[in-house]
Amino acid sequence: MAGVASGPELPAFLQNYELDGAHDEMFDRTGQVRPHYQHLYDALLELPAEELRRRQQIADLSFLHQGITFTVYGRDEGTERIFPNDLLPRILTGEEWSKIESGLVQRITALNLFLKDLYHEARILNDGIVPRELIYSCKHFRRQMRGFHVRRDAYVTVAGTDLIRTPSGEFVVLEDNLRVPSGVSYMLVSRQVMKRIFPELFRKCSVQAIEHYAQALLATLRSLAPQGCAEPSIALLTPGVYNSAYFEHAFLARQMGIELVEGRDLVVHDNFVYTRTTAGLRRVDVIYRRIDDDFIDPIAFRSDSSLGVPGIFNAYRAGNVSLANALGTGVADDKAVYAYVPKIIRYYLGEDPILNNVETFQMSNATERAHVLGDLEKFVVKAVGESGGYGMLVGPQSTASQRKEFCRRVEADPRNYIAQPTIHLSRAPCIAEGAIQPRHVDLRPYILFGGEKVTIVPGGLTRVALRKGSLVVNSSQGGGSKDTWVLHG
Amino acid sequence: MLSRAADSLFWMSRYLERGEHTARVLNVQLYLMLERGPGSDDRHLARMLKSLGVESAWPAAEVAPSLIHSTTSASSIVSCIVSARENARQVRELISSEMWEQLNRLFHAVKRADQAADVRDFLHSIQEGAHLFQGITDSTMTHGEGWQFIQAGRYLERAIAVSTLVSVHFREFYGAAELEPVEWIGLLQSCTAFEAYCKAYTAEISPDRIAEFLVLNAVFPHSIRFSADALATSLKTISQEGSNRRTSRVERIAGRMQATLAFGQMDEILSAGLQSYLDTVRRQCLQVYSAVYQTYINYPVEAALGA
Repeated sequence: MAGVASGPELPAFLQNYELDGAHDEMFDRTGQVRPHYQHLYDALLELPAEELRRRQQIADLSFLHQGITFTVYGRDEGTERIFPNDLLPRILTGEEWSKIESGLVQRITALNLFLKDLYHEARILNDGIVPRELIYSCKHFRRQMRGFHVRRDAYVTVAGTDLIRTPSGEFVVLEDNLRVPSGVSYMLVSRQVMKRIFPELFRKCSVQAIEHYAQALLATLRSLAPQGCAEPSIALLTPGVYNSAYFEHAFLARQMGIELVEGRDLVVHDNFVYTRTTAGLRRVDVIYRRIDDDFIDPIAFRSDSSLGVPGIFNAYRAGNVSLANALGTGVADDKAVYAYVPKIIRYYLGEDPILNNVETFQMSNATERAHVLGDLEKFVVKAVGESGGYGMLVGPQSTASQRKEFCRRVEADPRNYIAQPTIHLSRAPCIAEGAIQPRHVDLRPYILFGGEKVTIVPGGLTRVALRKGSLVVNSSQGGGSKDTWVLHG
Repeated sequence: MLSRAADSLFWMSRYLERGEHTARVLNVQLYLMLERGPGSDDRHLARMLKSLGVESAWPAAEVAPSLIHSTTSASSIVSCIVSARENARQVRELISSEMWEQLNRLFHAVKRADQAADVRDFLHSIQEGAHLFQGITDSTMTHGEGWQFIQAGRYLERAIAVSTLVSVHFREFYGAAELEPVEWIGLLQSCTAFEAYCKAYTAEISPDRIAEFLVLNAVFPHSIRFSADALATSLKTISQEGSNRRTSRVERIAGRMQATLAFGQMDEILSAGLQSYLDTVRRQCLQVYSAVYQTYINYPVEAALGA
């Protein structure tokens, strides 16, 4: 294992920084600091460990006072945890970002065309590009959305696409999140905190701004107003205080200046949606809904849901209320369908994908299944409809009994699983165990799609697998985050 | 504002007032028990529970600990504070951070309270904590619609609590052959009213005057009349803020209760029967609550659209 080479004297904080086969964000293969990390490196040289510790404490307090907490499913009430945030920024060059951005624009455009097609003529299925049974066996494909005209054909208004960097330094798409992606509030708050903690460094680096996210989201939601509605009333629909992402719902509603509502605040009458206020019923035109399709309407979907609004689906189909994201987008972020996205891009846009996928094996395919199950320690196996890192097996870090269990699950329900070779995610310097240590990271940019316009704030949330060697970055599984700095030029 | 939010603020306030009142009443009783003979504890504690509107029948030795700590009884101080905080949590965005922090402090103090620790100190700290919360609310929250719902909840709860307390006390002690000054002072102290009463009337303990003070006094904050006035004022302000045209019913019912108290004469009330008078007041309180609910919180859709 090579260490970091940085001249005649190795600074204390880098004494145990070991490079391995993964791409390191800060150091190249020979151990030299990458040019865009130079300012950070210099700052760390001058910063005594005590000062770094002090700034970390200030940052943590700042998060605490703002109440930025995260609840992990399965925990009891009263144990809200402060979201773990690492102080060292993850830095990207403007050029790296440009390519990512154009790749994301291409991808979201293609996915929206795909969704529109699936819920109308389904030409892509008729032409045999994507297998018909794959779509119709997907539990997130909503037959109720067939033939329905979605305002501006914007099915996915907010997308969170997870990118990872391979050992060659190339950014590839790991997965798309097209239903209710979360985490943008952590991105915005950690930027605020970073500007307080490292103001000189921030200025020196010349970082592209991200603060306009809330305005951009509001503008995007406005553009979805139903026909003939000039001044739409917009609300954010949350499952409520017990939801793990509630902080984000409240934060975004506040930043955009819109009402935060729960299902029980809304009532549907004559196919219009209203909020119950003390001054009577107030009509709602656009809803940024952070409730899953399954729970949003007990009449149209799961009847045991107490979080939803009875009749909202009818109001939606009548065109009287717009929902962002549209219902039924889950069919496009199904991990088995993900494998077809390069073909989807070529089919609708006639272009090669700018961002590549990770090689993916369909467990529903007998040959591919045999290939994977025969060598399970080398693969990452994922359930197709899950998120948050649940329902996943990381082969190289699993026990024999875990692999046996997964084998059983895959054989029992092959359509529900895909497998990918274990990618050595890139690593970035983090403050860990009192020193600076590399940890695996990914990148989740947030893409806003309003029908014609695509807006992506530079960077996104960098998620960190805080445990040494861990490849699982999801916050629900104990991951943390970093501020992402995309430099100008 | 959202109906649900108004509801949460209203109930946060009611539960806190209830917790504070319970703490004070219990504190006074524990003090009075030192003055009385040990044999009468059962009777007095049972009466105290009745005056608090508590249904549970605990044996004398368990009354104090249960009234403080019971998690199964909705009337216990712990339950009140927990419920107040739960409601506050639902509307965290609408209250100030200082309010939330104080309520949280109170919550943690109540959860942490050692069952063996000094009870009187603990009860005193609950009252203080509640007072602090009210002061923080007045200073740090905009006196808009949300704040008015908090006031409405507080004074409605107070009106009900004091009516019940006075009613039960009078049934037990009024017209007794021998006046027990200690019991009547206890009643006043249960409403933080003893010193104010003395300033108004001198320290001579006169049940008629005590009734007058606690029921009809216009300027003492714990009197029923004061509570009814404050309640009506808040409800009027709420109705003026919104463009809800169905508020006249709420105002009429609250106004009627105000008038019952504004034009009452204690000598007439006493000869007709204080109990039945207070029953009327209590019934009017419930009618106000019901009207508030139907107008602002839980109205049928058709009614709202027709307006």
